[in-house]
Amino acid sequence: MERHLDQELEDLKKQLLKMGTLVEGAIFESVESLKELNIEMAGKVIKEDRAIDEMENAIDERCLDLLALRQPMAIDLRFITMSMKISTDLERIADLAVDIAQRVNDLAGKPLLKPLIDIPKLTNLAQQMTKDALDAFVNKDAELAGSVILHDNQADKLRNLVQKELIEEYMGKDPSSAARAVPLLLIARHLERICDHATNIAEDVIYMVNAEVVKHHPEKLQ
Amino acid sequence: MDNSIKMYADEVNFFYGKTHALKDINLNIYKNHVTAIIGPSGCGKSTFIRLLNRMNELVPNTSLLGGIYMDGMDIFGPSVDAVEIRRQVGMVFQKPNPFPKSIFDNISYGLKVNGIKDRLFIEEKVEWSLKKAALWPEVKDRLHDSALRLSGGQQQRLCIARSLAVESEVILFDEPCASLDPISTAKIEELITELKKEYTIVIVTHNMQQAARVSDYTAFFLMGELIEFGKTQDIFTKPNDPKTEAYITGRFG
Repeated sequence: MERHLDQELEDLKKQLLKMGTLVEGAIFESVESLKELNIEMAGKVIKEDRAIDEMENAIDERCLDLLALRQPMAIDLRFITMSMKISTDLERIADLAVDIAQRVNDLAGKPLLKPLIDIPKLTNLAQQMTKDALDAFVNKDAELAGSVILHDNQADKLRNLVQKELIEEYMGKDPSSAARAVPLLLIARHLERICDHATNIAEDVIYMVNAEVVKHHPEKLQ
Repeated sequence: MDNSIKMYADEVNFFYGKTHALKDINLNIYKNHVTAIIGPSGCGKSTFIRLLNRMNELVPNTSLLGGIYMDGMDIFGPSVDAVEIRRQVGMVFQKPNPFPKSIFDNISYGLKVNGIKDRLFIEEKVEWSLKKAALWPEVKDRLHDSALRLSGGQQQRLCIARSLAVESEVILFDEPCASLDPISTAKIEELITELKKEYTIVIVTHNMQQAARVSDYTAFFLMGELIEFGKTQDIFTKPNDPKTEAYITGRFG
């Protein structure tokens, strides 16, 4: 039997996807602005964050209405509740893109401390994990979601590498380099946090698809 | 969607003998929307819905003050024919009440009573109504079987088809799913959502979840008074009146 609810769930999915596209755009522009220390592009990321904030509210409200008015069960219930959680993670990712853009503002006008090596790797990873987590959500693909989660360790390692190098090779030897090193260190931290939120989304997708809780239980993915 | 008012109650007071069953009811019924009326037993919701097609007149020793209007016209006006009002405002009851006749005759009956004799027209109208009521695929090969052999859910959809055949504009549902299983209930609810594109619907239900699922507007009645009326999503997520909140959260009633 065709259900009117199906159309409403489809609309919710489209709304989340639209938010996902904006968030991916924000990450892209924030890291592009870093490459060239482009404060105009960084400013754009900061300004456009408001629209993403509003989308989070709209999605939450829609989910609450669906819960109250449709009394969803099973997969429908998991889809709606996970949509609420995913919108929160997406909004946090966008905030981290804003944080990166603000660090770009801090760095602007001075030459880069060093050529960027590990940060671009971390950037690629953050973008890929976010994209895969969203794809897994759209296609109800628990396997892809599982691979996102397994990549999270790599993000932690890259962040540690950046941190170690900046502290030991630069700030430890020349404290005056801190003004240019700390923003880079923070950017690595922001990127790693983006990967954490992508991981959260992936965990929610697995719960949505398989009704299995993998959050805090990495052994279930082995 | 059309947001115009199809029917409205203006300062309605209704009495069974000396019992004041409805008190100062003012309520709009919006065209092409579903309006749900909820409230505990004895709150006046069935009394109210029965006024909308003048069925109250069938109960002796009652009196009505105020007016019920459809398309701007007082349906209790002196020159208005109650039978015509009941054709325009159809009603589906709690217990399906098909005539003890064939499926076909259940629908053609209303047409014949309205003076239609053209056999081909009647056949087309029967098929059209059964399709609209989402019953056609299940009965098309046995139109001349007794309607009493249909399941409860099918009988209820037949009663809906009967109302559609005589071109009702408003359909009143009085606890239409009270005697149905969950699957039949879901089918009726899907049907109501489909029908509102062309009809105006009012549903009385004890089942708050059903009101939440099918309606666009909800009216909460309590002891003959209209406590709160609003968009269903507001009533069920952020009601204004503490009495509404208490009722929909199951704290009384």
